[in-house]
Amino acid sequence: MKTVSADSLTPVSSRFGWSDLLTRLGPLIGLLFVLVLFSVLEPQKFLRLNNFELILRQTAVVGTAALGMTLIIISGGIDLSVGSAIALYTVVIALLLKIGIPSFGAATGGILVAALCGCLIGLLITRLKLAPFIITLGMWGSLRGTAKGLADNSMVYPPVTFLNELLRPVSPDHIWLLTPGAWMMLLLAVLVAAMLRYTRFGRHIFAVGSNEQTARLCGINVEWTKLRIYMLAAALAGVAGLLQFSYLTMGDPTTATGMELDIIAAVVIGGASLSGGQGSILGSLVGALIMTIVSNGCTKMELDNWVQEIVTGGIIILAVTLDRLRHRRTA
Amino acid sequence: MVQQRETGFSAENASLTEYRLRMEGIRKRFGATIALAGVDLAVRGGQVLALVGENGAGKSTLMKVLSGAHPADEGRMWLDGKPYQPRNPLEARRAGVGMIYQELSLARHLSVMENVLLGMEPALGPFMDWKSIRQRAAAAMEQLGRPDIPLEAPVMRLSVAEQQMVEIARAVAVGCRVLILDEPTSSLTKKDARHLFDLVRRLKAKGHAIVYISHFLEEVKEISDCFTVLRDGHSVGEGQTAQVSTDQIITMMVGRTVEQLYPRTPRKAGSVVLEIQDLAGMEKPQSASLTLCKGEVLGIAGLVGAGRTELIRTIFGLAPVQQGTIRVGAYVGPASAGRRWMQRIGIVSEDRKLEGLALSLNIADNVTLSHLPAFLSPRWQDRQTDQWIDRLGIKCRSPRQLVSDLSGGNQQKVAVARLLYHDVDVLLLDEPTRGIDVAAKAQIYQVINDLACRGKAILVVSSYLPELMGICDRIAVMCRGVLSKARPVEEMDEHQIMLEATGAGENV
Repeated sequence: MKTVSADSLTPVSSRFGWSDLLTRLGPLIGLLFVLVLFSVLEPQKFLRLNNFELILRQTAVVGTAALGMTLIIISGGIDLSVGSAIALYTVVIALLLKIGIPSFGAATGGILVAALCGCLIGLLITRLKLAPFIITLGMWGSLRGTAKGLADNSMVYPPVTFLNELLRPVSPDHIWLLTPGAWMMLLLAVLVAAMLRYTRFGRHIFAVGSNEQTARLCGINVEWTKLRIYMLAAALAGVAGLLQFSYLTMGDPTTATGMELDIIAAVVIGGASLSGGQGSILGSLVGALIMTIVSNGCTKMELDNWVQEIVTGGIIILAVTLDRLRHRRTA
Repeated sequence: MVQQRETGFSAENASLTEYRLRMEGIRKRFGATIALAGVDLAVRGGQVLALVGENGAGKSTLMKVLSGAHPADEGRMWLDGKPYQPRNPLEARRAGVGMIYQELSLARHLSVMENVLLGMEPALGPFMDWKSIRQRAAAAMEQLGRPDIPLEAPVMRLSVAEQQMVEIARAVAVGCRVLILDEPTSSLTKKDARHLFDLVRRLKAKGHAIVYISHFLEEVKEISDCFTVLRDGHSVGEGQTAQVSTDQIITMMVGRTVEQLYPRTPRKAGSVVLEIQDLAGMEKPQSASLTLCKGEVLGIAGLVGAGRTELIRTIFGLAPVQQGTIRVGAYVGPASAGRRWMQRIGIVSEDRKLEGLALSLNIADNVTLSHLPAFLSPRWQDRQTDQWIDRLGIKCRSPRQLVSDLSGGNQQKVAVARLLYHDVDVLLLDEPTRGIDVAAKAQIYQVINDLACRGKAILVVSSYLPELMGICDRIAVMCRGVLSKARPVEEMDEHQIMLEATGAGENV
């Protein structure tokens, strides 16, 4: 073709423009900012190695659940039921342990129940063709109720097993060993990030969220893709439930109330768009870290709880506003 | 009889007062695209002016200028002799110019009377003055001769025709002096269309000036007093409707020189790869049969809304098959879009923003989306995409650039690149050159020609006749859901196609 020569002269210069870089680094800059902020304001108590180890442990539950939420939000969906689901999973694991199932089996059982819940949510969304917001709002109530019913409206105290140790503090001499729960979160993050980037399924998640019509046009089975997304996300929430169980050392049907909002906030601060097609695992983890650091820092500064809540709310709005501004400039 | 571009600059002042509405030398461009290149138009009170022209001739843009949705770059307008310069639709409405779009703009959950007076409800302080709302709405419906439509009913309970009445009542209630109807019968039944004509005559008798936009020339003949023809953003003809034949209007609509845009290498059609028999979809198409061979470009002409897009979507499994058979090579029967890709058919959607492309993803993702290995690396995607960026001349920084950053023409090339990457044998192209500049069009035509020479089978839907005449080997015409038999392009002329597409064919 004749026209090609002239066009191909256009330099294919930088693979990543500055705007790309900024988009990628945005949440990291935010993380750096809160780190520096609290280090300056409260160097004595905040800026200590074992405090950072604490922050990582405090992030594990929200961070792990945020991995699944990232997949859902990239695909253009939302899951409001994940807080209730985590409570349900702590109860399920505690009950399994209580009837004498070994710890490994109980943990696996909890995650399987989670995957089944995700399957149910996915089926409801794809079969009833209702908005995920509505379906998961319903599940938000139903799963919490199920948890309370299973636990007979009280705590479930299981026998002591190594599952209680997943989020235990590491001895100060070996601080770099990190707690097992933190390792689980980081390992899963790497796996999920790789899946998003290097597999067909991962690219389909982005495509479905960016433009469902296009995905359909390109022959992607949108319903099947969504079903798998909700199952996988729920399984990850199951792991978060395991970590929450470990932190509580019991099954508590009232735990993690409102945690779905923390999880969604982490994903959004991490640069995902609630309209879909955009988001990253690294971003969501950084978002979760930012939220923990703010609450941890405020505690170290002996600020009241209500101050933390106002600051956290402000950060969510600020993060999303900056994100929109950035996109308007590149568009 | 037919005046060709003569809008009388003589006796300017006299004519200014005589006309209800006058537009002169209207120009409008969007970026590099010239939509209106100097349009003149005039209509008197108590007159129906038909505005006709092919798709893309500039009718919609002109009406948007008139109704204040787009400001004109140049040109002047007068309303009852006074300069008229609306800056937005509200100003136009206040000045007395009412526009009824093809897509109705009603608040579906509100009642008929609320819709009629929406945005200008009579109020008593902060409270709605329901009594006068009812009175004024009833008066407007009375004026239209439709007092039977219940004022309290939510608009969504009404039929499409009744909803249209409500929309017209809204314009009338405001006291509009000029009423613009954009393709008002396209979604109406024959009977409802008759009612609409009665209404137009009624409004005309009351002294309203009416601008009537339509593709259907038999309607134009029936309802209008005078007409203006637009072509390529120019007004190319005008006159009294009674004094011209449908034929003469069509000649003005299509009378253009065919540019040397269309490369055509001699080629020979091979074996049949796609065969469709008596295909019917949910609403459209009603009946379509065609065969498509290797190395052939088959065009489907017709008006917007005739069912061409629906035909392509039904073939591709994006819309359900009601009746009839589809055979692709050895495969028979309906199939999902995913299967169609596996049978090596590909589609380019008519709407690249809504359906064709995932705008917030990058070029590489968009090109490779239909065919990804289970495991892949971004570098592999980039390599695959790079070659198509080169071959199609897509102007971009890298395969990682977001599709939303590209120009319309380059976006369209990305949509085409997807089919080339997938290496399909049958290409279904729906309006492949809509809204892109001439240079990009030429490149797309070149690609289509090259593909046909390499033995690919191509089905093209286009509303732009010269394009179909230029690139196709055979053309079939679709009119109201029915597809005619395809004939070699040498045996057809634009005039005849236009007649068939407008449903005037059987009368001539």
